Amino acid sequence: MAGTAVHRRLTWQVAEVVDVVPETESVKTLRLDVPEWAGHLPGQHVDIRLTAEDGYQAERSYSIASAPESEAVELTVEHVEDGEVSPYLTGELRQGDRFELRGPVGGYFVWEPSRGGPLLLVAGGSGVVPLMAMVRHRVAAGAEVPTTLLFSSRGWDDVIYRDELEGLETNGLRVVHTLTRSHPDDWIGYSRRVDPEMLRELGPAPEERPQVYVCGPTPFVEAVAKALVDLGHEPVGIRTERFGPTGG
Amino acid sequence: MTDDVKLDGNAAAGILQQIFAVEVTMASGTCDGCGAVEPVGAVSVYARAAGTVLRCPHCEAVLMKVVTDGERIWVDLRGLRALELSV
Repeated sequence: MAGTAVHRRLTWQVAEVVDVVPETESVKTLRLDVPEWAGHLPGQHVDIRLTAEDGYQAERSYSIASAPESEAVELTVEHVEDGEVSPYLTGELRQGDRFELRGPVGGYFVWEPSRGGPLLLVAGGSGVVPLMAMVRHRVAAGAEVPTTLLFSSRGWDDVIYRDELEGLETNGLRVVHTLTRSHPDDWIGYSRRVDPEMLRELGPAPEERPQVYVCGPTPFVEAVAKALVDLGHEPVGIRTERFGPTGG
Repeated sequence: MTDDVKLDGNAAAGILQQIFAVEVTMASGTCDGCGAVEPVGAVSVYARAAGTVLRCPHCEAVLMKVVTDGERIWVDLRGLRALELSV
């Protein structure tokens, strides 16, 4: 097996919080210094482990939001009511605090420019996080793969990375929002859940053989994946990542 | 916390890499029940506090069970006929 890639045991390492950046009312980005970080690919995640004073441990997975080119490792975390881990990560952590993480892990839900396109990214709420790492990497790497990000949020103030996404809309990247619960009075965009008609309108068509990445809560992912297959997209071209309340 | 939420193989990437010492979500797994072949990242995963169950996305047969108590990991692979990894 000599010479084969990444044969390394996963070990827990200590991350230090460099900064905590609010994204929306319930979502924060943790900028982390991880001294032994080995680099990552867009779409990968980390496991976080918190240990209580009595020894009780809770583990959760969080997607990496930052591009591989970023100096700090960034995780964007949504506060989940009644969650075990996210209330601590979003409410208690301050600059200089430390916790354990291991990673990066995963390889299936990863996009690199060499995988080509066109690229269709479909995000539900904080499911945008691993897709944002792909978008950021696309920009940092100077890739020009035609890319559509279809992003479903509850309302305009719930749109994570809203300002940054507006600034990135050049060079073949199109960002389309749909707001499912409330929208500004002058909203002219989509205001319903992602459905087959929306996906057909936006494209790319199945004939273009797009690389598709879908991330969000389990019901969102299943509905979008089914709609894409019904439209004629090859299941093998659709990569999905689900998260549930256990993400809390 | 809610038990038995359906996730996918990505959610098991950490524990699987801990066991196999390689990235496993890109590996192809063959279901012993129906013979379907899928990347591990695409199978269904049901995660509980201490245990993780991987199921075939086609026939729902159990492919793999992983239970950990923090000091040991117990792995049941009987539903997985084959696992093919790139080297």
